[in-house]
Amino acid sequence: MLLISCLAVAVALFWLAWILGTLLYEGGAALLRAQLYLQTTPPPGDDGGLANAIAGSLLIVGVATLLGTPVGILAGTYLAEYGKRSSLASATRFLNDVLLSAPSIVIGLFVYTVYVARAKHFSGWAGAIALSLIVVPVVVRTTDDMLKLVPNSLREAAVALGCPTWKMIVMITYRAARTGILTGVLLAVARISGETAPLLFTALNNQFWSLDLNRPMSNLPTVIFQFAMSPYADWHRLAWGGAALITLAVLGLNILARLLFARKD
Amino acid sequence: MNRPLIRTAVRAGEPAPAADELPAKLRVRNLNFYYGAYQALHDITLDIPENRVTAFIGPSGCGKSTLLRTFNRMYSLYPDQRAEGEVAMDDVNIIEVARDLPLIRAKIGMVFQKPTPFPMSIYDNIAFGVRLFERLSKRQMDERVEWALTRAALWTEVRAKLNQSGNSLSGGQQQRLCIARCIAIKPEVLLLDEPCSALDPISTARIEELISELKNDYTVVLVTHNMQQAARVSDYTAYMYLGQLIEYGDTDSIFIKPQAKQTEDYITGRFG
Repeated sequence: MLLISCLAVAVALFWLAWILGTLLYEGGAALLRAQLYLQTTPPPGDDGGLANAIAGSLLIVGVATLLGTPVGILAGTYLAEYGKRSSLASATRFLNDVLLSAPSIVIGLFVYTVYVARAKHFSGWAGAIALSLIVVPVVVRTTDDMLKLVPNSLREAAVALGCPTWKMIVMITYRAARTGILTGVLLAVARISGETAPLLFTALNNQFWSLDLNRPMSNLPTVIFQFAMSPYADWHRLAWGGAALITLAVLGLNILARLLFARKD
Repeated sequence: MNRPLIRTAVRAGEPAPAADELPAKLRVRNLNFYYGAYQALHDITLDIPENRVTAFIGPSGCGKSTLLRTFNRMYSLYPDQRAEGEVAMDDVNIIEVARDLPLIRAKIGMVFQKPTPFPMSIYDNIAFGVRLFERLSKRQMDERVEWALTRAALWTEVRAKLNQSGNSLSGGQQQRLCIARCIAIKPEVLLLDEPCSALDPISTARIEELISELKNDYTVVLVTHNMQQAARVSDYTAYMYLGQLIEYGDTDSIFIKPQAKQTEDYITGRFG
């Protein structure tokens, strides 16, 4: 049994190492060029970088996180502190789990239908909304789980001092669960950083530098998608560079989340 | 040490007055308590005398903690628990209080079985409760924190590390921190729910000393599994069994010549 499970671990790690190795081998050189971060995506045959895609990705992911996190934390708070085992809370938890595992392309199509199709243009906002719909269930789930780990004795102790419920939640249980909740938010950010499908239908892409959320906006995943499918060698190089960049960023976020969680006292 | 930690001798002198002859701080009348459909307390009636230590003893599941938790409405946190009857403090029926519940709880402090320091500094652990009801200047707050920690016999141990986390203290210190936190908001009643059950004998002795000192200013109600503890620190003792109050009287009488056979069996260790 030990042998089989060790073998399984080795197989899993082998592919992971291969993927990371290939990414760094193919994209490493591109990562080290300052142009990657300074110039915008080029037409075929020209030299260029991914500056507009990087900025677009940061902006879309940032706005999506800002939109999704408060909703997720408040909904998770309802589940753990107020709803508990009521039927509304159980139904919410079930639906949240469905949303958690919903294919992201469905979410992209949904935002396309209700927002992009009506506004008659692709936009950064649409991309951010689509990604925030992916953030919400992740944050709801972790907030609910982390608040449930806070012992009831702590709540009782706060209430026994004459503390109103809302203050008990804000001052005591959030504080006790903060590293766990923050970890959940970081994992949600890591999750949406690499999402491509929802952005194809919403933010689309933009070849030029733009920070206007009301217009189509460049972002790393769709640029990688577009450039990797193209027949041009220099676009391929940029796509590898972008892929390596996203992977390293997600890896970094995951490590940060783990460090935060481990530091929890 | 010139004083035994565990007192075995019985107090000499005048017999204590009966509990209902003293001014009552809490008047419990016909109290019934339910966990869902299960009735945990049956028609409890007793008076908790002011500025005395009253102990509730009895085997596990007899309802002593449940009774204690009705005094500050702790059960209201859980929707399937409810109480009927009267627990009156200063002519207010605590069971029926609605909007002013936080104010009532502030007057009736509670210390739990396991120490529950808040996830913040030692200083803020004390200041948290004070800030709920009072606006103090930094200096007044410093004084209040020192006062509370001194009363809880913890000041000398923590004065140099007030900014450290409350979780960094030992179990006994954490429990004294919780007592200090309770005292800091100047309650009138202190409810102690087996405050020493998670502590070593030395910490236990310190907390028992503390309880004896605190009764000068507060009405103390203590739930304990430990009969020696009830005998050592309490003035009045109630024996409970299966949700009923079997016997209630001054501690010496309960321990020397209990009226009910059940009480005698319990305190002599033949049962429970």
